[in-house]
Amino acid sequence: MISPAESTKSIRLEILRQDTPSSQGYWQTFDVPITPASNVTSLLRTISGRPVTSDGRNVAPPAYEASCLEEVCGSCTMVINGRVRQACSTLVRRLMAESPGSPITIEPMTKFPVIRDLIVDRSRMFENLKRIKAWIPIDGSFNLGAGPKITPEQQHTMYPLSRCMSCGSCLEACPQFTRDNHFLGAQIFSMARYYNMHPNGKPDADARMEVLMGDGGITDCGNSQNCVRVCPKDIPLTESIGVIGRSATVYSIKKFFSK
Amino acid sequence: MAHQRVIVVGGGLAGLSTSMKLAEDGVAVDLFSLVPVKRSHSVCAQGGINACNEVARQQGYSEWEHFDETVFGGDFLANQPPVLEMTKMAPAIIDLLDRMGVPFSRTSEGNRDLRLFGGSLYKRTFYAGATTGQQLLYALDEQVRHHEVQGHITKYEFWDFLAPILDDAGRCVGIVAQDLRTMQIRAFRGDAVVMATGGNGLIFGQSTMSIICTGSGTARCYAAGARLGNPEFVQVHPTAIPGEDKCRLMSESARGEGGRIWVPKKKADSRHPNDIPENERDYFLERLYPKYKNIVPRDIATREIFYICEQGYGIGGGQMVYLDLTEKATGIPYEVLKGKLGGILEIYEKFVGVDPLIEPMRIYPAVHYSMGGLWVDFARDDKTGGMQKANPRNHMTNLTGLYAAGEADYQYHGANRLGANSLLSCIFTGLFAAPGMREYIKGQRPVAELSQRLFDGGVEQQQAAQAKLLNSKGTDNPYLMHRELGRAMSDNVTIIRCDSKLRQTLALIESLKERYQNNLGLPDSGMWNNQSLGFARACWDMLLLGEAVTTAALAREESRGSHYKIPDDLMDRHDIPLEKRSLPRDDGNWLKTTLVTYVDGKAQLSYEPVDTSLVTPRARNYGKVVAPAAAKAPVPEAAGAGT
Repeated sequence: MISPAESTKSIRLEILRQDTPSSQGYWQTFDVPITPASNVTSLLRTISGRPVTSDGRNVAPPAYEASCLEEVCGSCTMVINGRVRQACSTLVRRLMAESPGSPITIEPMTKFPVIRDLIVDRSRMFENLKRIKAWIPIDGSFNLGAGPKITPEQQHTMYPLSRCMSCGSCLEACPQFTRDNHFLGAQIFSMARYYNMHPNGKPDADARMEVLMGDGGITDCGNSQNCVRVCPKDIPLTESIGVIGRSATVYSIKKFFSK
Repeated sequence: MAHQRVIVVGGGLAGLSTSMKLAEDGVAVDLFSLVPVKRSHSVCAQGGINACNEVARQQGYSEWEHFDETVFGGDFLANQPPVLEMTKMAPAIIDLLDRMGVPFSRTSEGNRDLRLFGGSLYKRTFYAGATTGQQLLYALDEQVRHHEVQGHITKYEFWDFLAPILDDAGRCVGIVAQDLRTMQIRAFRGDAVVMATGGNGLIFGQSTMSIICTGSGTARCYAAGARLGNPEFVQVHPTAIPGEDKCRLMSESARGEGGRIWVPKKKADSRHPNDIPENERDYFLERLYPKYKNIVPRDIATREIFYICEQGYGIGGGQMVYLDLTEKATGIPYEVLKGKLGGILEIYEKFVGVDPLIEPMRIYPAVHYSMGGLWVDFARDDKTGGMQKANPRNHMTNLTGLYAAGEADYQYHGANRLGANSLLSCIFTGLFAAPGMREYIKGQRPVAELSQRLFDGGVEQQQAAQAKLLNSKGTDNPYLMHRELGRAMSDNVTIIRCDSKLRQTLALIESLKERYQNNLGLPDSGMWNNQSLGFARACWDMLLLGEAVTTAALAREESRGSHYKIPDDLMDRHDIPLEKRSLPRDDGNWLKTTLVTYVDGKAQLSYEPVDTSLVTPRARNYGKVVAPAAAKAPVPEAAGAGT
């Protein structure tokens, strides 16, 4: 780690802060030393070591979530220079190349309730996973032999879907997903597609379709395609939305004739 | 039994597999985690998970070979019965994960594909691209979510474990924990408590670990009387991207799939790596280890990289070597490696800005895994040589009712862990130890019947400690103190160690402890989601663990696995090879487990014998060629499997 004393260049950070879930947000500015390898989480960590604003006030360090620092856990998702992304994989030198001379602005995600500063409550994403039965029901953990054979083609379709780290970027960018509606969003459509594809996930497929066709379901998707543009893992989210849309049509017809 | 509950602390692979198995057996579980369990550090594991399989078996491999490789890889410091039990159960664990829907990479016929990994000449590693840990964690997360919906498991996410609660007889009957948002401190009753809180990489400043891996769960049990086992054994992974905030792992699978490590033969060669012709490259692992080549175990690869850089052959004369995945070096087409290693290639590309299939990666070793951890018991099965099933002693610490599982415990990996054995040991410990916990609580008085006073006392103690922390008005910022600790630990207590520098580190830790107690300054004194408070607590924990690791390392007068001890006067003699400079492995005096107990604010050492009832320790050098290959014939293999 490089301590502030070892670095000469610095950059200005403007951070949108909020002390509690019910209080008003306010901006605070910090000048933070940087190195060629700096990323946004390392700047936030540096501030924690010396939480002094640009105008020399001692303040509480901005609160933020971070864990793996290699863009695989999803924790440090925030809005940086107006775009949702992971703070760990957002390199300062790239931000400086994008907008030379400008300060870096950091805000919490807007589609989830703020807990404090850059921390938001994303529990809605995990609750939605429960609603769509996001699991393969197994007959217990005893030794019952291997699972079904999966062709490489199936695996190539499923594996990218399973890399979703529940970061919420797709929901932050989605015009349909708001704090007060029940829209499920691309994360859930894509995960439902994943479980419906797996041979042992199929038994719950109809139950999933019921949820996906209910309040906040697939028909509310406005097809803006923002989700796929911001997904850090390049998950083919719009393809998943298409697949779920078609499944919904098939499912309605099936339901109509089985009445 | 219906009203008895078990507390599991930690929601990585070990915590989730423990929770799942307990829930399946009808035991209610309260699961605590600092982060949503889906974000636990297990997501960072990349390469794969080991198990004997039919393809390897038909070439002469077996569960016994897997066992032998693991204890040999660990330089014989691991107790052998638990390792045997783990390797025997491994194939069934792969099948179980398969049934849970883990998207394992597949062969053209639809079977689960295999790759080569360190310390083995057989393909016995199952994988899902290069994000295997993430995929396994998600599969267990889903199973636990299913149990949660059915009411078997209650999750407490964004909660920090503060301390175990012990009754007058020393039995663990619950925990004190804090809600990281409201800052409420609460006691929870648990008929047993399981620590599945992972490793302690953060005590070294930067490591490949997530920044939540401070070891605080372990440290808080240690401070309460739980013993540590072998804390001085710290794995330094040979290939990571050096970083100022963290060192990002470049999986061993890169080498398992054909990646090659090299340096230019000319010192400080300034040419672009792609312009350096084949005959001007030194593929030193291949030269030194003609049998295992680039997939020697991690401790060995790490020391060779360190040594070649010490000799001045690192890239540009510095501390970095090439890990080459280009088609020119591997002979493997771009698209094939892209498909198999996509997950790690992306990390390199995102953080370094270079496509590693076009240009060799620049890497250096980094702290990666804690072989040591909370000491845990096991019940040997004399009939099988393994562990007794459903015995309450399995995985119990020296504190009755307090268990440890996964990287938090010290079992299975001895002095050096083999790649792709950690995902296995984490899942195995949960599945195997949970039935023993179930049996243990059956025989105990339910904690629901205990007096509330005991639990209130635990809360009051933590509230008092917290009030003191919140009032610290000194000038030492906990984040900066952590940097000081990390720097000293990384410099002095990793790849090679000498007594004078270990003493120096202990003196620094002593002074940091004193500064912490007298001059700590907390940058936030608020009572809503105060992260500085949590970090300050963890900072103290890291000082305790740093002291335990360093004290144990100072005492161990030998070299074994990841721990290499060099006499003070030879430390800087770069002209002498590391093997010759270092103390030899000394089975007569040091084939024993280090036990560390926290007594009067200090780390106190004692030892116990290692259970080597299944294979006799033998020399371990993976067929290293001592003289340059061109000049001398290789020395005879002294350490082949089965000898």
